[in-house]
Amino acid sequence: MQGRNLIYDGTFDGFLSAVFFVFEHKLRAVVIQNKFEMQLGLFSDAETIITEEDKANRVWKGVKSKLSPKGSYQLYYAFLSEQKGVEAILLDYITYAFSNAQSVDKDYSHPSVLKIAQIAKSVGREKHRMEAFVRFRLTKDDIYFSNIEPDFNVLPLISKHFKRRYADQKWVIYDIKRGYGLYYDLDKVEIINMEFPADFKFTKTDSEFFQEHELEFQKLWKDYFKSTNIESRKNMKLHIRHVPKRYWKYLSEKQPN
Amino acid sequence: MSFQRTQEKLKILSDAAKYDVSCSSSGSKRANTNKGIGDATGMGICHSYTEDGRCVSLLKILLTNYCIFDCAYCVTRKSNDIKRAAFKVQEVVDLTINFYRRNYIEGLFLSSGIFKNADYTMERLVAVAKKLRTEENFNGYIHLKSIPGASDELMREAGLYADRLSVNIEIPTKDGLKKLAPDKKHEDFIKPMKKVKNEIIQFKEEKKIIKSTPKYAPAGQSTQMIIGASGENDFQIMQTSNYFYKSYNLKRVYYSGYVPISYDNRLPQIGSAVPILRENRLYQTDWLMRFYGFEFSEILNERNQNLDLDIDPKLSWALRNLHEFPVDINSADKRMLARIPGLGMKSVYKILNARRFRKLNWEHLKKIGVALNRAQYFMICDSSKFEKRDLTSEKIKGLILQNSKSKYQQSLSNQLNLFG
Repeated sequence: MQGRNLIYDGTFDGFLSAVFFVFEHKLRAVVIQNKFEMQLGLFSDAETIITEEDKANRVWKGVKSKLSPKGSYQLYYAFLSEQKGVEAILLDYITYAFSNAQSVDKDYSHPSVLKIAQIAKSVGREKHRMEAFVRFRLTKDDIYFSNIEPDFNVLPLISKHFKRRYADQKWVIYDIKRGYGLYYDLDKVEIINMEFPADFKFTKTDSEFFQEHELEFQKLWKDYFKSTNIESRKNMKLHIRHVPKRYWKYLSEKQPN
Repeated sequence: MSFQRTQEKLKILSDAAKYDVSCSSSGSKRANTNKGIGDATGMGICHSYTEDGRCVSLLKILLTNYCIFDCAYCVTRKSNDIKRAAFKVQEVVDLTINFYRRNYIEGLFLSSGIFKNADYTMERLVAVAKKLRTEENFNGYIHLKSIPGASDELMREAGLYADRLSVNIEIPTKDGLKKLAPDKKHEDFIKPMKKVKNEIIQFKEEKKIIKSTPKYAPAGQSTQMIIGASGENDFQIMQTSNYFYKSYNLKRVYYSGYVPISYDNRLPQIGSAVPILRENRLYQTDWLMRFYGFEFSEILNERNQNLDLDIDPKLSWALRNLHEFPVDINSADKRMLARIPGLGMKSVYKILNARRFRKLNWEHLKKIGVALNRAQYFMICDSSKFEKRDLTSEKIKGLILQNSKSKYQQSLSNQLNLFG
């Protein structure tokens, strides 16, 4: 049987629509690809899947009825990893789930189930890290602003946490890598796209944009970070395992003097 | 607030507070319901890690490092010639709120040297917590130190604002305390701990009848012991720990390897190594008692008064109890699975779930993440390959050590040299 290549728009609903298409046409050998990853020319026979919310919802409802709540969120987490080829593992998992009477999400000896659990765990770790490593800086417009560059697309996962926690302050968390952010206006969280001045430096707290006292608090925090360390127990290996170097760039306590 | 004065105070008073190892911010249930600032539900967050690898979750400071006591092991003891400082209540409130708003911290851990007397000090700690809760609408985490000897009334008030209360007994035995902290009485430590315990029990009872009963220290209480300052063995330390868990329902007991800070000849001298490995073995024992279903007396008893440094306490126990093994992964109950060396509780649950689908073999276990290097001698699975030789404990230990590299190799050889 001829293999089929399906291209979706990169959204979760788009992916689920592709899964719907696979089941509808009983496709066997199939590759589902994000349109941003698709290499032109390689797949001249690629078919574009149109994202249809009701089809996506039907698949998702089916998935949820087959898995425990944890199993279905693991699928969503794994999807947000944006890892190359994750669609194939997700499809295999979903197919396996639908073909089984009992819930399969704890079948850790099945390769796709274990793999999704592992990817979901990495995404979960990144989510938790972002909840920890976001550093707000107070702007002149009284908005607490933070920029991040997470490995995975975790903004959709952290929105609730920050909304609940910082209910009485305006804040923005901006993913520079993916070019979008969350803005909380004291009432609701919105997805925003921002234009930054060409010379805007994300690592610098420029007095043109940030409040006068902002740098002082960063300094106090940095001092605190230093003096709470016990020199005679120094363990850089452990330190770096907890705070990998790729995150240092935007951590105020890790800025050079 | 004057930036420079605050900066100076913060340096002094955070430096003095760092020997308190607790930084936990979990276990509370304080939700942000009033559209205020902060939320302390669910799990704690480590916002950073110091270069010694410890979690930074709370702003951990002393209100003051002036102290009327002269405990030998303490860096703020009266006779120590160091810079002294004191925060005003409002300064601590401002720092906490501004750090919290920037997502630096989960909350505040406020301790203090004892100035004037216990109640005078406790009153000020309570004042900070009260201000945060009532004036700033703060729902983040607050950990207050219970000052030994503080009155019941103050301890009751403290628990209404704080998520966690702790009093550090520091020295595991009464004799050690007499020697190193002659001004302090054992009963003074116990008094606030008892009050908090009773209040928590009372809260839980009242809550059953009246749902709106105000929360009382929802994250419970904890304590800390210094390890290696006063010559106790592991049996004595864990006996004390076990007693506190059982009698005072503590959430946590912390073990803090003594960092030499004094030339006092009652104590290890400055420059001697911090017993990090021993501290780790004590924590492992603590975990075995709390999460793995082990009784204290199975791990430490009159015959085994010290933990092995070169292998973990579960492996030690298994080697002393070879008659309990091998365990069949595909049929054993949770209790026995948890006793296999190299199997953490997460693996135990994975195995319990996965084996409902098919019998598990070595390949499955490896992928699940079991440390087979240790586990293989104590288990059988769905495979004809398993350890068939009738090995002695000594032999198994040798094989395991030969095939593993401890992350403590360096400190291990140092500490063994010291004793060898």
